[in-house]
Amino acid sequence: MIKAVNLTKKFGKFTAVDHVSFEVKKGEIFGLLGPNGAGKTTIIRMLSTLTRPTEGTASVGGYDVVKEDGRVREHIGLVSEKIILYDRLTAKENLWFFGRLYNIPGELLNKKIDELLRLVELTKWKNSQVGTFSTGMRQRMNVIRAMLNMPEVLFLDEPTLGLDPQSSVEIREFIRKINHENKVTIILTTHMMVEADMLCDRIGIIDYGKIVALDTSTNLKKLVSGADSTILELETPNLTTDMIHSIQSLKCVNSVSQNNSTRIKITANGDESFDTIIDAIRANKGKIISVKNLEPTLEDVFLHITGHKVRDKADQKIKMPRHHMPKPRVR
Amino acid sequence: MGVKNVISHILIIAWKDLMELFRNKLALAMLVLMPIFMMVMAGFIFPSNTSMNSVSIALVNEDEGYGNYSASSMFINVLEGINNSTEMMVLTNASSFDEVRTMIQNGDAEGGIVISRNFTLNLMTGKQGSITIVTDQTNPQLSIGLQTGLKEVFDQMSTRLAQENVQNFTGINPTNSLAVVKPYHIETKGAVPGTFNYFDFMAPGLMAMTVMMSVMTGLPAAISHEREIGTLDGMMVAPIRRLGIILGKTLAQTVRGLLQGLLILILAIALFGVVIHGNILLIFALLFLGVFSFVGLGVVITSFAKDQETAMMLMMTLMFPMMFLSGVFFPIQQMPWFMQNISKALPLTYSITALRKVMVLGAGLSAISLEVTVLIGFGTAMTLIAVPVFRKAMTR
Repeated sequence: MIKAVNLTKKFGKFTAVDHVSFEVKKGEIFGLLGPNGAGKTTIIRMLSTLTRPTEGTASVGGYDVVKEDGRVREHIGLVSEKIILYDRLTAKENLWFFGRLYNIPGELLNKKIDELLRLVELTKWKNSQVGTFSTGMRQRMNVIRAMLNMPEVLFLDEPTLGLDPQSSVEIREFIRKINHENKVTIILTTHMMVEADMLCDRIGIIDYGKIVALDTSTNLKKLVSGADSTILELETPNLTTDMIHSIQSLKCVNSVSQNNSTRIKITANGDESFDTIIDAIRANKGKIISVKNLEPTLEDVFLHITGHKVRDKADQKIKMPRHHMPKPRVR
Repeated sequence: MGVKNVISHILIIAWKDLMELFRNKLALAMLVLMPIFMMVMAGFIFPSNTSMNSVSIALVNEDEGYGNYSASSMFINVLEGINNSTEMMVLTNASSFDEVRTMIQNGDAEGGIVISRNFTLNLMTGKQGSITIVTDQTNPQLSIGLQTGLKEVFDQMSTRLAQENVQNFTGINPTNSLAVVKPYHIETKGAVPGTFNYFDFMAPGLMAMTVMMSVMTGLPAAISHEREIGTLDGMMVAPIRRLGIILGKTLAQTVRGLLQGLLILILAIALFGVVIHGNILLIFALLFLGVFSFVGLGVVITSFAKDQETAMMLMMTLMFPMMFLSGVFFPIQQMPWFMQNISKALPLTYSITALRKVMVLGAGLSAISLEVTVLIGFGTAMTLIAVPVFRKAMTR
């Protein structure tokens, strides 16, 4: 459905996207995961014809994003990071405006608007101005706006950015629903590991404009330390340094990290590892209040692949120019 | 994508922009207030002949007379007589030229009249009597007005004096003696009947300017603003022509401009007694054409500016010289030659000239064919440049 080959975008000397290649299959939810400023939005903008690639090619639904941009536009919907709605227009007027841009005939459009508003439970606010809506309501509107033309491909750029947990869950459920029911191919960008993990069939991890890993969530996690790894979280009220050292010295243990004064997180290999660790704690007269067997998170994956934490990167990147905005060329 | 679709996109975009405008109460208030301010300012502040009112003038009579006859007292009587009916001046007595100067410096007087020492003597001995008008150089407008006003008064008086002299010497009756003193009579008459004031000159220019400003500031603001808040992407990602976006936005700004133009016209007629001699439809067609000629320029500027602020600054820099050079406030003929040449290159000049011809002189389409051709030509050329520039700028 989507094919990118060596897609590159430079803003002056700054390379935002660096020879990125990937394919997205029909009906798939594909995630682009990475910290702010990694180049996710620029990839989305190039695929949705809003920005021209400096190098490389891409096609959406078989149409070239540069040569056949008009065709591409007919088949896509875009939910960008900035909400594409007019505050002074009502919910209905907003949807009507964008619907008419896609030449949807009036009667059909009215039906479509009612249907979409019902889907996100905004029917009651049909004739209220969008400016009066809460952030969650606006984002739901923003998503259904992109659904008006029944797109085959939907681009979602940080769809849950700035939403409270409950609204985020609602949006995610809605994304899954439209993917499932309408067979819409979805590309979504996020900096949240949890979100990518929950929604995406496959995930491309992006760092400094490059795809550094691309696989299913399960396979990416296996990258961390092989298939038979165990991650444990233990709560021990009388945690001591000696105890940690003795666990670290165990052969089966890969790493130990201390979360707070009573909790430690242990990565280990092998079938016997669980017993060995418990024995080591007992031998140090440690009490165990709780044990949790953890799955590796994408945080672990990102750390493993890039060698730095997502948060570190995000903080450092915040000072960089926001290159998802169209920037003036050097004249 | 057929023409029908493009038109439907233009209309829906214009509808959207106008809905946003009409729901913005403050913007709407400004939309109405701006032309009113412009009108009132232009209508009342700029000088016209009747605007010289109660100017305080210091009068110095140094004349010593001739025997017991004083020509200067007669002169003053006549001056007061004329002044009583026009109320142009408030006369105060002063003793000398130096005192007049001090009075002007202190702001007690705005001008002065000095009748020379030998005024009557000279008149009686066949020489010319002399009168000095003292002006305040810090106020050139008033000085010129005073000079013109007083010269007229003196002219009338000297005619009257000469008439009397001729009558006394030759015994010719007053009517015929006037013909001896002033052999011909000059009358000024406009090309169309009715009295004209500065405002008749201003109104067409103001209308053209307001419509232009509306489009020139409105268009970049509308596009750059949407680009900044991100909603422009919603339009750009839809399968519509870029020309449709430009024209849709332009249509909205045009409606806004024409509404303001209409408001000016109504105010001009109601408040300032402007009489429209031409066809009202032709006037609006001309305003529309004026907008067309500016759109391309506006779009090019929008494409170059990366945000709303830059776009507005660029616009203002271009608009101000254009406003003054195109003869809204001052006739082009008064400008130095190089400025006249610049003026000839500005579309607004043609827009205003054509409007003036139609509104004031009642001209028809044939009389303004040159202006119309220039406007269409300029507009077409700019639009042809603007569309590819805009397309390129938007997909950077």
